[in-house]
Amino acid sequence: MEEMKVKIKKFLSRFFRKHELGDDEDIFALGFVNSLFAMQLVMFLEKEFALTIDSRDMDLDNFRTINRMVSLIQEKAAVDQQSSQVSGG
Amino acid sequence: MKIELTEAQENWQNEFSAFVDNEMVPLADLNDSEERIHPDMLRKMAEAGYLGSMLPKKYGGMELDNVTLGILNEEAGRGCSSARSLLTVHGMVSLAILRWGTEQQRSDWLPKLATGSALAAFGLTEPNAGSDAKSIETTAELDGDEYVLNGRKKWITIAQIADLFLIFAKCDGQPAAFLVERERLGVTVLPMSGLLGARGSMIAEVVLSDCRIPQENLLGKLGMGLTHIALPCLDYGRYTIACGCVGLAQACLEASVEYGSTRVQFGRPLRDNQLIQKMIAEMAVQVKAARMLCYKVGYLRDSGDPDSIMETWTAKYFASTMLTKITNDAVQIHGANGCHSGYPVERYFRDAKINEIIEGTSQMHEMLIAEQQFVTNRRAGRTMAQTANS
Ligand SMILES: Cc1cc2nc3c(=O)[nH]c(=O)nc-3n(C[C@H](O)[C@H](O)[C@H](O)COP(=O)(O)OP(=O)(O)OC[C@H]3O[C@@H](n4cnc5c(N)ncnc54)[C@H](O)[C@@H]3O)c2cc1C
Repeated sequence: MEEMKVKIKKFLSRFFRKHELGDDEDIFALGFVNSLFAMQLVMFLEKEFALTIDSRDMDLDNFRTINRMVSLIQEKAAVDQQSSQVSGG
Repeated sequence: MKIELTEAQENWQNEFSAFVDNEMVPLADLNDSEERIHPDMLRKMAEAGYLGSMLPKKYGGMELDNVTLGILNEEAGRGCSSARSLLTVHGMVSLAILRWGTEQQRSDWLPKLATGSALAAFGLTEPNAGSDAKSIETTAELDGDEYVLNGRKKWITIAQIADLFLIFAKCDGQPAAFLVERERLGVTVLPMSGLLGARGSMIAEVVLSDCRIPQENLLGKLGMGLTHIALPCLDYGRYTIACGCVGLAQACLEASVEYGSTRVQFGRPLRDNQLIQKMIAEMAVQVKAARMLCYKVGYLRDSGDPDSIMETWTAKYFASTMLTKITNDAVQIHGANGCHSGYPVERYFRDAKINEIIEGTSQMHEMLIAEQQFVTNRRAGRTMAQTANS
């Protein structure tokens, strides 16, 4: 989990002037969120954590803080595992 | 680092190039003068599978990698800008359905879009909303289990023949994207003519008057219409346009070299004149540079890298602006012949300008690229300041 946070922070540090983002800090409240960033964030999460974000995940709250993003990644990984078990069995 | 096409990509390049020479180049002037895409060309593009070039095999597509897709659009751009525009917008909508569609929406549409038995158009721009896409006025209201759409879309490429429109509208103030079939009651398509370039784009206005569509025709969620649907569509569109510009610039270069070698003035071919050589040299260098930027974008897109988005803005800006200069020089080298439809550079000159307007004008590119520089520089500056202080 810590590793995930480090990766997310590194990506976000390209956009946020604030030196260290807190794990529960609302990134949308910081002012620098444009649509380009939103697109890049989704692409980053998909690539870095090998997951597919679909419309059901497209709730702003899932991306609001580093902790929320980590939860989303973990939830998606759990669902993937379950579905692969189902298809495997 | 290795910058070369794979053998498979080279094979595709040969195929696309032969297709364009045989099937597109001969009809491109006709497309321009008749302001349509000749049905034979469209049929052959569909038969070759190109309308599904961007879709997975699962849905009947070609599942090309992004570099190869770029090469297809480069070649198509060399042959016919209007047909390349068709490939672009049809691909934008297809990819949006693939990315955000429900399983039902995908299975309803993607197989048809892949074979070209249905064509799709992208409806974002309106009479009062161009660069400022957030200001769209088309509305969608939920009434029972149907959305009711009202508004007017303008400049919509291939709307004259499209079977499906991806329409962007606001629902309770939230941007959203809707799949609207052509035959729905309340959809009126008003063909437009008289374009400067890419005259075969078959553009039209699409008027929606109390057009009722089932709730299931919403693509994705309310609120994500612009940021997560329109923008990724435009990102793909921008990439294919950048590649198309490279192809058109290549066509200018080839035509100029040919003309410069054969046209004799003052007892010598034009090519002996250093002022002509300079224009040719600049064309050659610019085309190569633009192609490299496009290959880089293709590579980044294939690896899912978020940097691909900014690199696409860069590539499209560079390719479309260098193309304007190149087509200008190509006409110059051709003299009076360059000002007449007897030579294709006259069409290239007109087609080129369109690329500086669509998928974000040159000014929008300049603003975004500059803004991004300030953002990244600000960060670099802060890091440097910190290092200096420590
Ligand atoms: C051939 C063709 C095909 C098209 N196909 C489609 C399609 O399939 N689907 C679709 O939705 N749309 C389509 N369009 C529309 C196209 O996307 C728009 O034309 C484009 O977004 C620009 O909008 P506009 O023409 O309203 O220009 P405007 O936004 O009115 O801009 C006019 C000029 O002002 C400049 N400008 C605007 N704002 C600023 C600013 N803040 N700072 C500096 N300069 C500024 C622009 O760069 C431009 O030079 C097509 C257009 C053409 C010509």
